[in-house]
Amino acid sequence: MNDTPVVLSVEDVTIDTRPAGRKPIVRNITFDVREAETVCIVGESGSGKSVTSMAIMGLLPKDSLQVTGGRILLDGEDVLKVTPARMRELRASRVAMVFQEPMTALNPVKTVGDQIDEVLRLHTKLSAAERRKKVLHMMERVQLPDVERIYRSYPHQLSGGQRQRIVIAMALILRPRLLLADEPTTALDVTTQKQILRLIKELQEEEKTAVVFVTHDFGVVSEIADRIVVMNRGDLVETGTRDEILTHPKEDYTRMLVSSVPSLVPRCDPVPKNPKVMEVIGLAKRYGKKGFTSDSTVLAAQGISFTVRKGEITGIIGESGSGKSTVARCVMRLTEPSEGAVVLNGQDIVPMHNLRAVRKQVQYIFQDPYRSLNPRRTIGQSLMEGLVNYGVPEKEASRKAAETLEMVNLPAHVMNRYPHQFSGGQRQRIAIARAVVMEPSLLIADEAVSALDVTVQAQVLRLLEDIRTNTGVSILFITHDLRVAAQICNTIVVMQRGRIVEQGPARDVLAWPTHDYTRALIDAAPAPDWDFQNFRPVERAV
Amino acid sequence: MTFEPDSAVAPNAPLDLPEMEGSGKGGAWQVLRDVLSSWPARISAIVLLLIVLMAVFAPFLGTGNPVTINPALRLQGSSAEHWLGTDSYGRDVYSRIVYGARISLAVGAGTVIVSLVLGIFFGVLTGYFKWADIIVMRFMDGLMAIPGILLAIALVAISGATLTTVLIAIAVPEIPRVARMVRSVILGVRNEPYVEAASILGTGVWKMVWRHMLPNTVAPLIVQGTYIFASAIMTESILSFLGAGVPPETPSWGNMMADGRTFFLLKPELILYPGVMVSLTVLSVNMLGDVLRDRLDPRMAKRL
Amino acid sequence: MFGFVLKRVLSAIPVLLMVAVIVFLVLRLSPGDPAVMIAGPNATPEQLEDLRTSMGLNRPLLEQLFIWMGNIARGDFGVSLVSGKPVADLVMDRFGPTLALSITTVILAVAVAIPLGVIAAWQQGKWIDRLVMAGSVVGFSVPVFIIGYVLILIFARKLGWFPVQGYRPMSAGFGEFASRLVLPTVTLSFPYIALIARIVRTNVIEVMNEDYIRTARAKGLAERGVLMDHALGNAAVPIVTIVGVSITMLIGGVVVTESVFNIPGLGRLVLEAVLARDYTVIQTVILLFSTIYVFINLSVDLLYGLFDPRIRY
Repeated sequence: MNDTPVVLSVEDVTIDTRPAGRKPIVRNITFDVREAETVCIVGESGSGKSVTSMAIMGLLPKDSLQVTGGRILLDGEDVLKVTPARMRELRASRVAMVFQEPMTALNPVKTVGDQIDEVLRLHTKLSAAERRKKVLHMMERVQLPDVERIYRSYPHQLSGGQRQRIVIAMALILRPRLLLADEPTTALDVTTQKQILRLIKELQEEEKTAVVFVTHDFGVVSEIADRIVVMNRGDLVETGTRDEILTHPKEDYTRMLVSSVPSLVPRCDPVPKNPKVMEVIGLAKRYGKKGFTSDSTVLAAQGISFTVRKGEITGIIGESGSGKSTVARCVMRLTEPSEGAVVLNGQDIVPMHNLRAVRKQVQYIFQDPYRSLNPRRTIGQSLMEGLVNYGVPEKEASRKAAETLEMVNLPAHVMNRYPHQFSGGQRQRIAIARAVVMEPSLLIADEAVSALDVTVQAQVLRLLEDIRTNTGVSILFITHDLRVAAQICNTIVVMQRGRIVEQGPARDVLAWPTHDYTRALIDAAPAPDWDFQNFRPVERAV
Repeated sequence: MTFEPDSAVAPNAPLDLPEMEGSGKGGAWQVLRDVLSSWPARISAIVLLLIVLMAVFAPFLGTGNPVTINPALRLQGSSAEHWLGTDSYGRDVYSRIVYGARISLAVGAGTVIVSLVLGIFFGVLTGYFKWADIIVMRFMDGLMAIPGILLAIALVAISGATLTTVLIAIAVPEIPRVARMVRSVILGVRNEPYVEAASILGTGVWKMVWRHMLPNTVAPLIVQGTYIFASAIMTESILSFLGAGVPPETPSWGNMMADGRTFFLLKPELILYPGVMVSLTVLSVNMLGDVLRDRLDPRMAKRL
Repeated sequence: MFGFVLKRVLSAIPVLLMVAVIVFLVLRLSPGDPAVMIAGPNATPEQLEDLRTSMGLNRPLLEQLFIWMGNIARGDFGVSLVSGKPVADLVMDRFGPTLALSITTVILAVAVAIPLGVIAAWQQGKWIDRLVMAGSVVGFSVPVFIIGYVLILIFARKLGWFPVQGYRPMSAGFGEFASRLVLPTVTLSFPYIALIARIVRTNVIEVMNEDYIRTARAKGLAERGVLMDHALGNAAVPIVTIVGVSITMLIGGVVVTESVFNIPGLGRLVLEAVLARDYTVIQTVILLFSTIYVFINLSVDLLYGLFDPRIRY
């Protein structure tokens, strides 16, 4: 049906731990990638998608993982059978890789120019001058500004997006037949992600490169994939063209996965004029000290004013460095605000000395469920700690903790267990229970679902909404992800570089943004016009 | 290599909980089992155990009085009466070696206790309270800048050579190192979400330190304590060797070596026997320390 | 750059002041009356009183401290209580041998330990790694003086390659100087080779697990290139630190080694001073060693910038 040559052919590949475990971690995976085609391998954590890409590159850690079966053909040559010397020859010249973490993928003590140049030194016989010319040309092709200067720069002097461009330049300078990209944009802001995705697409079209794109993000997939490979816990679930998978997934798992993807369709109406739970007025946070002669301070946030009403979920949205987390920490006085007032249930908490009374009314849910529970204390102890601190008798506290656990869909008998016995999603529920058991009037969720897989993310979002409905608590929801905010927020506050650029009901802000930055964010969000829940394009209300 | 931690556990099935494992009291036993699973560690543990038994049962091991001087029997070779011969005062070398284990182990254990207790105290103080940090850490910096051996020699020389002085002299230079380690753990853990979470839940200062911070120092302290134990035994022998250790008549390995110096070319075993004992003890403790470190605190290998 | 250096140099001052205070307090607050120690047990109370007055021991502690620190600031380290010679002269006389021994030891230790550590890391888990690691644990578990005596026994006594003990300055001829320095140098470098090799190994192994090493492999670089071009450059900072720290740790070993080999250096001076309770000498030598420590740490900090472009002054 298609006579474009096949570049990569993965046939029945099984990858096992070394020594072999009970069950191989990747089992009988088969798929092809053709010239100029982009195949996305999609899966949640633990699906084996990264391991598969490392195997293609021959970079599995020798002492812990091994390919135990199948073939990986690159232009017909089985990379599992070639000599190490041949494999090194193939790397960068025939198959290249772009990694997830642009911050750590580059050697910090070498200039980036030198690091790109190294590829040419290894694989070509060009003279130094020719190499330099070629490197500079490639740096221009990945749209880096002022290439002469960047050539001499060290990685730490560049932004995340620029570093990822360097890694891409390094990968593509020898025009490889196959590019493996392992979550290359996950660590980047949405606007940068958009640019990098476009860059990869452009270069791919020019060179007819075959691309294997490993990602967990269906938004990204829907933007770039020609075909999709869905993996789950080491098994290949199904493959198909993008439209097949997004509109008519055959397998239940795929259906669940796709329908869990948040889309940019706002779902919640503004709440009625309930009483104000919290009002932030003119909040500012300045980091660093003013010296006698110089002012080296950084304004992380300024002129922040917004309100949260009873039962309302207010989202603060912004990219990294926008100051959204600073605001969250300031309203709880985990960080001391420099200026402004935070009025909580009618009382300004900024000048207060004794925070005990305040802390009970506001509870916090952290981003990383692996670090927010003390690994040495049982779930029960963690849940009861706050209650006991505020004088609730042990028995009563224990009963309440058990009730709250059931509220977050965990059985009460897990109270005696330790955090390491739970998955990330379960831990986040426990963290939520620990906050909710205090019966606060305001919950602050600081990127509380960002570290979770989409299916778990969807469950936790639903849980937060249920809790809001059942207890009437207000939630201040901090996130970088517009799509997540669209799922749950009544009101949205958009922040950029420490200032609020726009705020209003979620429906208005997302549908008719007034500020350029909001528009740019919406535009950059992957797949802004696909309604994943309903397997169809978004119906625009005209 | 990004290994996905969740692979073993269902992310979305609330009731699909893995079996109970490795929690609570099981932890310490598990560590002990792991540590003793390697051969070098087993041998070290056995050697150490033998040395401890030797110290405890010193009077019952065919020993004579280790301090009895007998000028008539100076520098004899080994015989049925004196298994390892006699030294330049005619004292029985074997008995002195057996009793010497007491001094070495006492110095080691005493140093560990003193330096850990004070180190933890100052570490918590400086890690938790900024005002204390500024004052105490400057003092600690100064203390660290003074070469430990010199400070110990000076302390012993001035305060007189007793076991207590030697112990304090060896322990004092170790305190800043323990304090720094505890402080760095506390500073590191201060911004951990679970500590912030506890403070949001209204947990007070001491409960916070005890429940949420100090448990993190246990593993590195065990490892560091092991190394301090080894280095204290070593330092005691060096101090005695230099003539600034426990009183000269005390049967300690260091003193034996110091006495043996004059006759070294004549009878090298007077230095070598106790030297082997010191080396063997220190070596076993260091080996155990290495295995413990790999098991409990792998990152510590980077530090000292 | 200049501002940073200045700032670091200035920050060394409070540490040195603190050292001076600690040394002073240790010597003055310890039980034992310096006057009694100097005059001997048979001195009359009047003699003791005179001695105390002349030594300034009757003044308030704080005043004594300030007088002493003031003198140091003017370069006056006092006179030896035993020989009556200026302490500064005594120290200068003994400085040469210690310096020579320390320099040769550092050079030997670094030259042997870094390759050993790198090879061990490179062959991680293989027999050569185990050998190096086992050797290194033994290396710092055996007291320095035992190593010294064993070396004397074998190389000086049995084989007769080197003199047993003693020291000759360079001016007595290079052969004389060098032949007497070989055994002490080897002795003293033993524990430092062990220490540095271990730390080099751990750091190289750690660096080899970094993401950028994976990137280097993905470029098609062979393992040798990965190690030499990418790993070593990044392991340099911790290695420099450990070399710096171990130089400061040499000092304890110096005292012992000089004692074993009869080298008339600062270590011997301290020992003689301690046995004679010669306060002023003890104070000065400890202060000197601490100053060296502080300045080595300072140089290590400044050296970082050479190895790590992320550190900018």
